[in-house]
Amino acid sequence: MPLNRVLWQAEGREEGESQLASIIELHEVEKSFVKGREFVEVLVGLDLRIDEGDFVALMGPSGSGKTTLLNLIGGIDKATSGEVVVAGKELGGMSSGELARWRAANIGFVFQFYNLLPVLTAQRNVELPLLLTKLSAVQRRKNALTALEVVGLSDRAKHKPGELSGGQQQRVAIARAIVADAPILVCDEPTGDLDRDNADEILDLLDILSRDHGKTIVMVTHDPKAASHAKRVASLDKGQLAGAAA
Amino acid sequence: MSPVGLVWANLHRRPVRTYLTLFSVLVAFLLFTMLRTMAVWFTSSTDITAADRLLVTAKYSIIESLPISQQSAILAVDGVEAVTHQSWFGGIYQDRSQSIFIYPVEPRAYFDMYPEMIIAPEQLDAFQNTRTGAVAPADMLERYGWGIGDKIPIEADIYPQQDGNRLWEFDLVGSYRWKDEDTSQPLLLFHYDYFAEAAAFGRGTVGWYTVRIADPERAPEVAVAIDALFENSQNPTKTATEDEFARAFAAQIGDIGLIANSILSAVFFTILVLTAVVMHWAFRERIAELGVLKTLGFSDRRVAGIVLGESVLLCGLGGLLGVGFGIVGTPLMSTMVPQFGGGLRLDWNTVWHGLGVAVLLGALVGIAPALLARRLTIAEALRRS
Repeated sequence: MPLNRVLWQAEGREEGESQLASIIELHEVEKSFVKGREFVEVLVGLDLRIDEGDFVALMGPSGSGKTTLLNLIGGIDKATSGEVVVAGKELGGMSSGELARWRAANIGFVFQFYNLLPVLTAQRNVELPLLLTKLSAVQRRKNALTALEVVGLSDRAKHKPGELSGGQQQRVAIARAIVADAPILVCDEPTGDLDRDNADEILDLLDILSRDHGKTIVMVTHDPKAASHAKRVASLDKGQLAGAAA
Repeated sequence: MSPVGLVWANLHRRPVRTYLTLFSVLVAFLLFTMLRTMAVWFTSSTDITAADRLLVTAKYSIIESLPISQQSAILAVDGVEAVTHQSWFGGIYQDRSQSIFIYPVEPRAYFDMYPEMIIAPEQLDAFQNTRTGAVAPADMLERYGWGIGDKIPIEADIYPQQDGNRLWEFDLVGSYRWKDEDTSQPLLLFHYDYFAEAAAFGRGTVGWYTVRIADPERAPEVAVAIDALFENSQNPTKTATEDEFARAFAAQIGDIGLIANSILSAVFFTILVLTAVVMHWAFRERIAELGVLKTLGFSDRRVAGIVLGESVLLCGLGGLLGVGFGIVGTPLMSTMVPQFGGGLRLDWNTVWHGLGVAVLLGALVGIAPALLARRLTIAEALRRS
């Protein structure tokens, strides 16, 4: 059953009552690959709908297909079959170059291990997505500093990742994800490498981005406390959505 | 930050490695500039040619002398306007490291034959009228601190004087310059009469003749006529236009060019392999970062461009610095190595050629990692993080 129907039923609503426009829709999505001599089905007939401004946590055991699903939504992998429509585009038919341009405009990525470029300062790391825009150098720098301000790190703009704590690096990564004003944030275990305090700070930040800035957030996590920050939780098991809770 | 700034920052990931690589590229291009400049210097000495001049040398070897009696016979050949002669007279000024090119010549006839060499009329008169007189180019005077009126002592390599003394003393009576300011040949000329009277041997002989002909189109015919004159004599000749002579000389110089090119090829091959290995390491170290760039929306082509840009920037910068040091070093080498007589000059073709090779080297080095970066899938790259 599609996630949105699960959610609506959980909320006592009927299909069609939703007032929000969907920004992510997956229909009958399958993803499989061959590993050695083995045929591995990662996602099996998956249906999913996420509305604009939603904050969804994807949970499930290792190998359940969470990261694969996230990669499909983020346009960094393609489904074997089925339809993946994100921000109004069906991603399956897009070329590699089109997908790159689409990602730049629509998706902000946050990784477990931050994945900042160690040779660049925080400000320059944040500036990276803006190199793909027509903004002037001055405007790029200004926007990067604004994004760092949003995540509370404007005083660390000139520091390189090696000079920042894990929590600070993750905040820089979030600033990088939002600097181009992408409507969707795709977060792969963003608190997985952080202690509780830093994890809470990051989750609070994601709350703010969802609540105050209208970002749609899809977050993979193993941490129930992290998942509790999401508006919705979807559980994956053996490549299928097992359930959802408000 | 600009895209170039990103490329530049990536080069600073491992500064020691980058600077060592940069230094090795720099040295290669410094060597390139110096060797090419020397090769140009060698060949430029053959550039002073005129279509209306023939050179008459001994048939079997240019180091054999010819009798001076042949001069009048050559002058009588139909089509010949003027004849003069020169001889190789090796000499040393002050110490062995200062070898000097010296020719005994007929002063007036010589400057009449070579209008591209300019001398003041009164100095030419003085040269003509002074038995021990000598003239030298202005840059040679500057180099050795000579002044007109000085006595120039030269130790002869080949020709002692009749009393066995190898030290010849010349009176510097003038200086000349070249019409083409880019030409520089450190050549001391002295009066043939002095040589003919004082030399222990070789009197009555000359090294070679220079012949001016009335019609350059008749050069082959006149050359055959001159050689026919002496065909059955003890001193058969070989006559060629200056251009042919220069090309034959250049062919010998070409061997030096071949050696220089062989050295450069070996150096560049080594640099190519070394830099390629470095760039490949650099690529492998940050596969995950390249994947991150792709997730941010950098296209495959753009990521490949960044990787290629790094190697082009590294080699281009190394080449620029190497050629730059070459530009600075050429005048120094010209001054420090007396054999160049201060005449070593950088040819701008060498500079552009060097910079072109540097960029090409960068492209060759970077193409493989760039292609790998282009093909890299995001999922594969992120697995390495």
